[in-house]
Amino acid sequence: METSRRDFLKIGGLCALGLSSLEVGDAIAKSRAAKYLTNPDACTAKRWAMVIDVKKCWQAEKEECKDCILACDWAHNVPDIPVKRQEVKWLWNEKYENAFPDQDPALEPEEVKEKPFLVLCNHCTHAPCVRVCPTQATFKSADGITMMDMHRCIGCRYCMAACPYGARSFNWRDPRPYIKKINPAYPTRDRGVVEKCDFCVERLQNGKIPACVEACKQKALIFGDLDDPKSDVRKALDSRYSIRRKPELGTMPAVYYLI
Amino acid sequence: MLERALSGSATYKKLVGVLMILMGLGFAAYLTQWEHGLMITGMGRDVSWGLYISQFTFLVGVAASAVMVVLPYYIHDVKVFGRITVLGEFLAIASVIMCMLFIMADLGKPMRVLNVMLYPTPNSILFWDMTVLTGYLLLNVFIGWNVLEAERKGTHYPKWVKPLIYISIPWAVSIHTVTAFLICGLPGREFWLTAIMAARFLASAFCSGPALLILLSLIVKKYTKFDPGKEAINKLLTVVTYAMLISVFFVILEIFTAFYSNIPSHMETLKYMFVGVDGKTALVPFMWMFVILAVAGVALLLHPNIRKNEKILIAACCCVFFSMYLDKGVGLIIGGFIPNMFGQIHQYAPTIPELMITIGIWSTGFFILTILYKIAVSVKEEVQG
Ligand code: SF4
Ligand code: SF4
Repeated sequence: METSRRDFLKIGGLCALGLSSLEVGDAIAKSRAAKYLTNPDACTAKRWAMVIDVKKCWQAEKEECKDCILACDWAHNVPDIPVKRQEVKWLWNEKYENAFPDQDPALEPEEVKEKPFLVLCNHCTHAPCVRVCPTQATFKSADGITMMDMHRCIGCRYCMAACPYGARSFNWRDPRPYIKKINPAYPTRDRGVVEKCDFCVERLQNGKIPACVEACKQKALIFGDLDDPKSDVRKALDSRYSIRRKPELGTMPAVYYLI
Repeated sequence: MLERALSGSATYKKLVGVLMILMGLGFAAYLTQWEHGLMITGMGRDVSWGLYISQFTFLVGVAASAVMVVLPYYIHDVKVFGRITVLGEFLAIASVIMCMLFIMADLGKPMRVLNVMLYPTPNSILFWDMTVLTGYLLLNVFIGWNVLEAERKGTHYPKWVKPLIYISIPWAVSIHTVTAFLICGLPGREFWLTAIMAARFLASAFCSGPALLILLSLIVKKYTKFDPGKEAINKLLTVVTYAMLISVFFVILEIFTAFYSNIPSHMETLKYMFVGVDGKTALVPFMWMFVILAVAGVALLLHPNIRKNEKILIAACCCVFFSMYLDKGVGLIIGGFIPNMFGQIHQYAPTIPELMITIGIWSTGFFILTILYKIAVSVKEEVQG
């Protein structure tokens, strides 16, 4: 008796919920157009790009500066995995010979050979990772950012085989216990999916520049619109010689290094 | 017809029992992987595909090789293959199922696998691979089953099966071509970036698959009353011989191009595989084993007495199968990731649970194969009288 009464109440409740969800559905449908409007304060560009002034970066290197990396790791809940081969990395340092393995380092100045080069996802125009992904879990945004949908990714790691820059990390294990302090503003990830630098798309949408760019006291990181001749990145590229990683592969990286 | 799998000799039951134990162990290992994620494997950010995907690659070849009995039998009316065609088709079924299991084992989020079909992405080769593999499995199930059923009833198989048979021939070639495309179009992986990858895949498939089929036929002959026929085996042997010679030739082509051009990125992986780099030599023993087995295989295949002496035949087929396995099922996929994208050598070694899962999936394949062969052979024994 008691049970059936409860069931009845439940069914009644469900009906009510059903009715009200219809209304909600209506409201959502009406506001759908509005929902996709971008934040008026958002930073916008045709083609986001980053220029890394390695000379400026090296000036801070004396103090073993890691401001940008720490800012990025905190902003995106990047875990600190103890097993080296299972590390998750968004922005990190590599030696010249590793960042540019096809340059055949031989007689470069000692400085170049020894100093660190920041590496990250290059947000390639012709991104091989996007080309191979079987679910469109990694895709290009209209402003040139290579994005990740961690809820769609099936963890096949085809994109990792395809990325010529080793920019992608797979969550071999549950990353959450390895995040020192969780930033509630950015989602943590589950094990079994791939992730990488997203050019701080979540900050750009709220009118903020990428966390690493903001954190660099040396102003070694320049961020802006590659399609705008008056942007900071274009000015930097106009004035100094720059290189990109593995340009011969035709991926057209959007990360430049000022030498 | 299925009930024929339920009864059998003591040897049959023992075999099934052993396979089931291995499957159980593999499943237990998979539960650990399910619980902890792929961290229990030896893969990492540098070698991001390991044993699972390399087994998958090899087995797609075995699956595709069924075409080497189907094509001559149905198109060129080579009657002697009639007796073993169904064995080839059933081998294809078991291999495709293994392929699918290896893919599932490799996924970080296996429960999301249907996303591949929910968001079809024609620019992804993996999407095509999944599509053609599923199609190939269905084709072989329909064809094999109906042809066998007809044989049991002493009738001709239904008309609608014929077009399926014709479709299955280019389809078999497609599954292995697409699998080669999976890896041969990736910028920055020079070891894989070779136009003959698909050709190499097909050549190695057409020697390792039929070699396995010969071995299986001999086993069937030994333990049952069904004789696949000497002539069929001899014909298959010709296929194996040519395909093996072409495979070895292709490997030599790769080595020549890499070393004569002297382009470092093309040589590095080969150097790592055959002599090791900076004292890192994990793949070296496997690759030299491949060389030795391949040379021995070729020598035995060309031995004048191979058609008379079953021992030579068995040895030759074993050499061919295992050499191709080492080349494609071990070296090719893993080697492609070494050196990594930063020019560093980070080696890979599978872990125990990874090996257990791998063995478990192989056992599942052989379990399915045993059941299917049992059914096929029982039917054939009945028909023979
Ligand atoms: S750097 Fe790698 S991950 Fe980033 S867009 Fe290019 S290919 Fe994709
Ligand atoms: S791992 Fe995820 S993002 Fe990468 S190719 Fe597979 S589904 Fe796409």
